[in-house]
Amino acid sequence: MKKYLLQSIRLTVVLLVLLCGAYPLFLSFAGGFSKGKGGGEKIMVDGKVVGYALIGQSFTKPQYFWGRPSAVSYNAAGSGGSNKAASNPDYEKDVQNRVDSLLKYHPYLKKGEIPADMVTASGSGLDPNISEQGAAIQIKRVAEFRKLNEKTVADLVARNTEHPLFGLFGPSKVNVLKLNVALDNLKK
Amino acid sequence: MNTELFGIIATYLLTVVLAIPLGIYLSKVFAGEKVWTDFLKPLENGIYKLSGINIKEQMNWKQHMKALMTINLVWLVYGFFVLLQQDKLPLNPDGNPGMSPDLAFNTVISFVVNCNLQHYSGESGVSYLTQHFVLMFLQFVSAATGIAAAVVFFKAFRDKTTTALGNFWEFFVKSITRLLLPLSVLMGLIMAFSGTPTSYQGKDQFISLQGDTVHVSRGPAAGFIAIKHLGTNGGGWFGVNSAHPLENPNYLTNMVEMIAQVIIPIAMVIAFGYFIRRKKLAWMIFGVMTIGMLMLLFPTLSSELGGNPAIAKMGVSQATGAMEGKEVRFGPTASAYWSTVTTIISTGSVNSMHDSGMPLTGLWQLLGMMINSFYGGCGVGMLNYFIYLIIAVFISGLMVGRTPEFLGHKVEAREVKIAALITLLSPFLILAGTAIAAYVFTNHGGAAWAVQPKTWLNNPGFHGFSEMLYEMTSSNANNGSGFEGLGDGNTFWNVSTGFVLLLGRFLPIIGPVAIAGLLGAKKFIPESAGTLKTDTLTFSLMTFAVILVLNALSYFPALALGPLAEYFTLFK
Repeated sequence: MKKYLLQSIRLTVVLLVLLCGAYPLFLSFAGGFSKGKGGGEKIMVDGKVVGYALIGQSFTKPQYFWGRPSAVSYNAAGSGGSNKAASNPDYEKDVQNRVDSLLKYHPYLKKGEIPADMVTASGSGLDPNISEQGAAIQIKRVAEFRKLNEKTVADLVARNTEHPLFGLFGPSKVNVLKLNVALDNLKK
Repeated sequence: MNTELFGIIATYLLTVVLAIPLGIYLSKVFAGEKVWTDFLKPLENGIYKLSGINIKEQMNWKQHMKALMTINLVWLVYGFFVLLQQDKLPLNPDGNPGMSPDLAFNTVISFVVNCNLQHYSGESGVSYLTQHFVLMFLQFVSAATGIAAAVVFFKAFRDKTTTALGNFWEFFVKSITRLLLPLSVLMGLIMAFSGTPTSYQGKDQFISLQGDTVHVSRGPAAGFIAIKHLGTNGGGWFGVNSAHPLENPNYLTNMVEMIAQVIIPIAMVIAFGYFIRRKKLAWMIFGVMTIGMLMLLFPTLSSELGGNPAIAKMGVSQATGAMEGKEVRFGPTASAYWSTVTTIISTGSVNSMHDSGMPLTGLWQLLGMMINSFYGGCGVGMLNYFIYLIIAVFISGLMVGRTPEFLGHKVEAREVKIAALITLLSPFLILAGTAIAAYVFTNHGGAAWAVQPKTWLNNPGFHGFSEMLYEMTSSNANNGSGFEGLGDGNTFWNVSTGFVLLLGRFLPIIGPVAIAGLLGAKKFIPESAGTLKTDTLTFSLMTFAVILVLNALSYFPALALGPLAEYFTLFK
């Protein structure tokens, strides 16, 4: 037993060096050559960081496309979903309120046009994406507020739509931050 | 066509295609045959030398288990104290506090036993030092522990009669150097170049496009995420695990993470067959496991893609399925697939919030964890399946009036007793644990504790009960996923699940290894007309039936009170 104990302690120390020293340091070194240089890819406007490409942020102003509801108000110092059950009556009220609010700002919407992702909280609370339909329903509002041609905005959305992996796997989606940055750039 | 469906089909096929050669490779590695990774031998010899290990020393099954328990005990003590003191140690750029004793107790156990329950949140509850030197370290070594234990079990059936079952340290070290570490480096690189951070910088701050000040948690997460999946650990760097955009940036990484968590469990089944030179038996086991997985996957897909009827009534379009708690970049289909594989295999990482899934999805997740051997965790999946196999051998033997035998060794009272005890352990821990929690919640809801029991649940009614049932089931299965609405970061849950975790890990490892060790030492009886063959279709069906019957009998009442009752209220 004593022999095993000594061997265990020594083996643990050796493996700590290999697995917790060498391994992550190597990845950290390699990650320095990635797009975000290992710190996460940032989006810049006029030389200033306005966000991370992968981290969703809160958009509430009418001139912007809005993202999904977030249980943590897009606070990226943490993360979290609502953890509300499908059968929870309070949760039904939350969703109904979101539907009503969307209809208020988009009075032209018809029943059945609102996609589920726009009225449900994401898993992380930081979802950077919305569905194509989620962007499509907002085009008219954004165009009206910015006094732009609806087609111009629709084209911009189309250009900012990310297609399935290799055209085959997974859903299409729109990165809300990138789309809004592109919108701001239109005026210039 | 449906690109979301294509995505998961491609993922599964790729997993199997990669797992088969990996399994053959593993059988050679552990048999000591020549393989292309032999260039790593000097590294291994160095590790043995520094640790004072002589791998030529043969161990019997008891010595194996002593070595296993000893080193696991060392990790428990080491991890506990480092977690307590993390605020005073370096590599804590965000200034996170030390853990309370009960939280450190739960956390270290949970990572030592390959569960990763995580009653803390990655962003605020741990430092970079403890993420790497305690949690990630334990992710490697707990997976290697499971694999090494499985190899001991393989060893018992390779030769006709033997008590010399190889050297535990050799199996353990090789599981890391020949399997977990190389694959982790590869996957870590994929993660790093897909957008997962790798640098040791602390939180960042910026002004958003709209003018809000935002803080972003980061950290060297890529390597952690690789081993968390390859080792079927499941503990996330960030609080929401692989739903976090930095932890799982896009559909490609989602596929990689789904493949990574299934590949070793399948490879271990293949390795078993090649190692003991009975390939047909391995394919039969693989078949049973696959059918079991599909029987959980199809209804999960159907329940998630159908959407939430309460939301449908509001006139919202759920074209792709239910979206609460899910991420747009994965979609409901890949989230449903993930939730199935992460529960049948003891990973427990999530890319969607299981608490917000549809009621029947929760049912299939729970059942996957209760059975815990449709592929199952790294190494331990095979051990769990072996217990069912012994029960099936025993029952079939009784049915046809033949002496129960497994691979030429008589299965006698002692082995069956061990198997029966291990089978009874899971329902005991899960149901007794849930019963105690439900009792405290209903009868002592107002107890003057730091967190009052009546505030535990995030959802009322049947689903609230499911939250408690899920936590106990996940602990016993060493899974680690949760219905995260449950307020589990307090003394009651930390301590109660801590004990469930320990018992649910080590007894189901020692039991099967003991059976294998006892059987392997018995006289070998050559196959004759009277032998009950275990690699036939009939026997496979028998094993499948045993798995279903045992679990249905054990858990149906609890499942009826939770997810089934919720289903009937929502879809009335």
